[in-house]
Order: sequence, then C-alpha cells, then structure tokens
Amino acid sequence: MIEERFDAIVVGAGMAGNAAALTMAKRGMKVLQLERGEYSGSKNVQGAILYADMLEKLIPDFREEAPLERHLVEQRFWMLDDKSHVGLHYRSDDFNEEKPNRYTIIRAQFDKWFSSKVKEAGATVLCETTVTELAQDAYGKVIGVKTDRRDGEIHADVVVLAEGVNGLLGTRAGLRERPKPENVALAVKEMHFLPRETIEARFNLKGDEGAVIEAVGTISRGMTGMGFIYSNKECISLGIGCLVADFQKTGETPYGLLERFKQHPSVAPLIEGSEVKEYAAHLIPEGGYNAIPQLCGDGWVVVGDAAQLNNAVHREGSNLAMTSGRIAAEAIFQVKSRRDPMTKENLALYKKMLEDSFVIKDLKKYKDMPALLHNQSQNFFLTYPQLVSKAMQNFVRVDGTPKKEKESSTLRSFVNARSWTGLFGDAFRFARAWR
Amino acid sequence: MHIVVCIKQVPDSAQIRVHPVTNTIMRQGVPTIINPYDLFALEAALQLRDKFGGEVTVLTMGPPSAADSLRKALTFGADRAVLLTDRFFAGADTLATTYALATAIRKISETFGAPDIVFTGKQTIDGDTAQVGPGIAKRLGLLQLTYVAKISEVDPVARTIEAERRSEGGVQVLKTRLPCLITMLEATNEIRRGAMVDALRAARADIVTWSAKDAGVEDISKCGLKGSPTIVKRVFAPSARAEKAAFVDFANRAPAEALIEEMFKRQPKLEAELVVSARGF
Repeated sequence: MIEERFDAIVVGAGMAGNAAALTMAKRGMKVLQLERGEYSGSKNVQGAILYADMLEKLIPDFREEAPLERHLVEQRFWMLDDKSHVGLHYRSDDFNEEKPNRYTIIRAQFDKWFSSKVKEAGATVLCETTVTELAQDAYGKVIGVKTDRRDGEIHADVVVLAEGVNGLLGTRAGLRERPKPENVALAVKEMHFLPRETIEARFNLKGDEGAVIEAVGTISRGMTGMGFIYSNKECISLGIGCLVADFQKTGETPYGLLERFKQHPSVAPLIEGSEVKEYAAHLIPEGGYNAIPQLCGDGWVVVGDAAQLNNAVHREGSNLAMTSGRIAAEAIFQVKSRRDPMTKENLALYKKMLEDSFVIKDLKKYKDMPALLHNQSQNFFLTYPQLVSKAMQNFVRVDGTPKKEKESSTLRSFVNARSWTGLFGDAFRFARAWR
Repeated sequence: MHIVVCIKQVPDSAQIRVHPVTNTIMRQGVPTIINPYDLFALEAALQLRDKFGGEVTVLTMGPPSAADSLRKALTFGADRAVLLTDRFFAGADTLATTYALATAIRKISETFGAPDIVFTGKQTIDGDTAQVGPGIAKRLGLLQLTYVAKISEVDPVARTIEAERRSEGGVQVLKTRLPCLITMLEATNEIRRGAMVDALRAARADIVTWSAKDAGVEDISKCGLKGSPTIVKRVFAPSARAEKAAFVDFANRAPAEALIEEMFKRQPKLEAELVVSARGF
C-alpha cells in the first residue's frame, strides 16, 4: 500500500475523467488519475464529434492547440431502405464562424492532448495501471482503490468513477447493477483513409469544413440502431451500432451490419477506393434517464458513460461526460472547501448540480424514448423507412399515373402496413416521448 | 554500482508506413515505443541493481518527445533519466550518435558518478545496425561484451564480470574487468512491471534534460547530420500484396460452393490450373 494520500482519485482518462481531474487540479486539489491504457485515448472510442461549448467551459482557448479535424457545416439525416435513402440535410454558412460549434475529432489524438492539460494543471496521471477494485472500509465507505501494480493500493478522500460504460468497479463493489442489454448499444466503426481532396469533393466541402451523416433504416435489420458517417481531415469514420438486447434476439453480427452498411448504394461511393487502417468497437449507454444508476455514495461519485449519461436521440455523449466530470469536480471542491467529509449526503450536491444542468434535463425530456424505440424497433427502423422510401419514389417517378392515384396508393401502403390506429398510435407515442 | 542504460525511442514498426510518393517513413501519428531490444538491457541492469545495490540511469538522445520513453523506463524502476536533446543532434548516423552518447556518458560520470557498466540493446528495430553499443565502448575505451545472453557472475570487490555471449559457433563464457559495456541479446529476460511506488515516482519525476552544450559537446560538427558520413541513397517500401479481402454474400447458396465460385471468378487462372491437374495432365 502507498502511504501518500490524495484528495481525489479519478479512475479513467476519457472525457469525463479528464474533465474531472482537470477541474480539481485547477482548484489546487491533490489529484491522482489512473488509466489502464498506455495513454489517455489509447482505449477510448467514439464516433467522434466534439461539442465546443462544454470544452470551452474547461479550456476556453482550446481551438488554438487541440487536435481538431473538421468543423461541421452540414448535418444529414438519412432514412434508408435497401437501395435508397430519404434525406434531411441542413447546411449553413453560419457554421463557418470564428468559434465553430461542433468538430469531428480523433479520440486517440484529442484525448492525449486533453490529458496533457490535466498534467499541466498539476494532476498526477498514471497510465497502464488498472484499478481492480475499490478499497472500502468496514462500513462500506469507499476509501481508495486497489490496482494491478505491486503494493498498488492507494487511498483518497473521494474516488471519481469515470471508468466507462461497463461500470465494472461500481458493480464489483455492489454500488450499482450492471448495465442491462436493452440499455446499451454495441457499435463498430472503421476509419477509411482517403486523400483530403477526395473527401472534400465527395462531401462538398472546402478547407476544414466537415459534414456528418446519421442513418437509420433497414441497415439495422429491424433492430434499434443507427449508422454514422463522419468526415475527418484525411479519413472517414463509418460505423453502426444496435442495442445489445437486439443482437441477442436476432443473432445478427455487428460486422455483418457494418459490411452491409458499407455496400449500401448511397454509402459505397463515399468510401470507394479507401484504405481501412483502424477499426474499433465500443458499448454506448442508450438507456437514458431511467438507466442512470445511483450517482454518489460515501466516498465516491460516478460520471460520464459510467453513469450512463448519454443522449441517444441527439447523439450527444462526450459533452455530457465532460459536463458531469466538471460538475462532480466542482461539487467535490465545494465539499472540501467547507471541510466537510465526503459522505453521500454531502456529495449529493453533485446530483443536485447535475439535475440543474442540461444533462439531466435533456435526459428527462427523452426518458420514454429508449423504451419506445426498443419496443417498436420493427416499425421505426424497418417498416417506416421502407414506406417513406416507396412514397418518395412514387412522388418523384414520372410514369403517366395521375398524381391523385399516386397519392392514394401511397396512403394505402401506409394504412395497409400499420392500419389507421397503428399510424395514429405511433405518431402519438412518438410525440409523447419527444415532448 | 552505477549502471547506465542507453535506450532509443523508435516508431512501433508494426504500425509504420512508407509514403507512397516520397518514399520517406511516415512517423506522424505512428506510436512510439522503447526499442524492444533495449528492454532486455534495462531489465538486466535492474536485476544487477536489485542484487548489488546502486543506481540505474537511463539515457536517450532524441526529440523532446523521447522523454515519454524515459518516463516509461522510470516506471519500470530505473532511478534516473537523462534526455539528450538538441537540434544539432538531428539526423545523426551511428558515428555521430556514438559521439553524442559517449560525451553524455562522460558528463553523467562527472555528475552522478562513474558507471560500472553501460548497457545497450543488441540493436534498434529502426536502424538495425548494432553499431552504437560497440561505438560507445570504443569512444569511452570500455571493454565490450556484445550479444550477451546471460550475466552469470559479478564480483563487485574484484571488479570482474562473467557473461555468456552467443556467437555463431555456440556460447562463449567470457570474463572481463569492470567498467565495461554490454549489448544485451533479445529474449534473455522479461521486463518487470513496475511497482506502484515506481509508477508514481515516474509520473512526477523531473527528467534531466541536456542540450549539446549542457552535455559538454565540444565539437558540434561531429553531431547530427553534419557529423554523419552515412548517406541514405534511397528508402523504399516493399510492394504490398495485391489481394484484398472480399465480402461474399452467400445468399441461398451453399457456403463452400459459393466460396469456390467466387474464388474462381476472381482467379480464372487458378480454375484452369486446377482443372488441368484434376484431369491429371
């Protein structure tokens, strides 16, 4: 055991862990951050889109030095059947602003930089060190961590669990349940390398402009899931993810989905001739508000993916992670400043501050959405995309059929597939979950 | 006992690429590691220190980012790290490298005590010359044991060392006086996992950083590209195999038949050859 004590130990060096360690170190606290990977970012996987606002709150001038890929000027939402896509695209020159709002990033590079800021702020960052369990006293209070290094137990006043979606430590210590299969998605992605100019031509971009595509439809084979295509400087991140419970039920394979997504006639030309140099897989918390575990206890708080903080509807996760890490750190600092002990009651300040922020407010807004999309996945991810695609084709194809007939045949196809009650029910349920 | 271990930060050769047009090695974004051969030298040094007491100083020459490798060496348990970094050192071949390292070892000797043993790995994975160890020995006038597989005995009082050296004909058991230089062979030991105290110390350690001037380099023209008579005429990548993976949709076909069909579609020559050999002529 190590005799030296720390004010706080942060487990994990992803977005949430780095935000927490940085904030506490900046406040002058004695912080130890432990990361199992070779460096911060070496094990971290994301699409990845960075939302500037939440990082600005931590590092205001990050744009000057952070490794960013492209700032986003265009967002495309696609609904796919096997051969077509119906798209809603939003592109605006407003996004070519002095301080852009969203960027694509490559986590291995970005996190390494983020971690250098944590070190600069004075935190001790220890990589290649896996926390194996939480150290608890006789009353169950968390007093530190045990690691896989020789004589590797270290104590601190508070442990910030930023260990990622699996929440293994919290589960092992009996502080929470394991995430349920219906509340996590398994996503796989590949990095397709292409010359810069090719990417810019294919996505209609100039300079550092970027575009992203989010796609739902028959690519997920009726499972609750989504595909994505993000443009980086010299590569395209392409991936797809579906709920683990759905994979279990259908026996589909993630790599099978990915291959089919890549072969879709709307997708294949975008990545044609590319070289795949990296691939990765990761779990994503998708359970929303109802899946959030207990956020704090005696001597511990949980942040980021480990707290299942992810907005599946808006594809936001890393910003919730960063914000929860920052808020947890601020709360811990306040408790420490008052010289109060790190008890569950005192650390509940974190929970309260998080509830007052957009993090919990947004997740609460969509609290019924995950269950709806899971239960109705056949309709929302298979039936409707096919119907909408057929309707669009019917609308644009010129074949001498009077328009009135076309419209009534489209309407008939919807009613035949879902019935009037079904259609209204789906619309009502969706609207209620969105509200 | 004071032991100096020379290490080098190298690009992870498993992930390195050569630029298709310029034929230069693309180092950007390629992760770096401690030259794997050097880890056997480091572990051998740490074992001697654990047995006889004393200190292990790791030394490297490289860009400022080479500090990462030194920090890693500290995590394994080394006591001190010295980084030799200066733009004058850039582009050095083995002659210029040995000059700089030998100068730095002299400085280490003055500052932290004379080394009893200087270790290097057998060679690096990016240069593959195996010249730097012997070069340092020559410049410092040290006795040298190269390709050492095992250090069988050290007598700190008599100041002698006995080692097994692997040579083409077999194993030589050699005994020599200290101080000496040893280049360590691969697969002779396994680098330890540093204890928590070492990891903590490494994370917070100040790495001694010397410029050419700090290290006491007198003749700058013997350093870096200027001091390197080696001329690299050409670097080229071996041509990659043309075959690419393909995704075969079996649909309703029998997998084996579908696979053979797809293979023959892509390799018509193969089909012809197989048919010929099946017919027995």
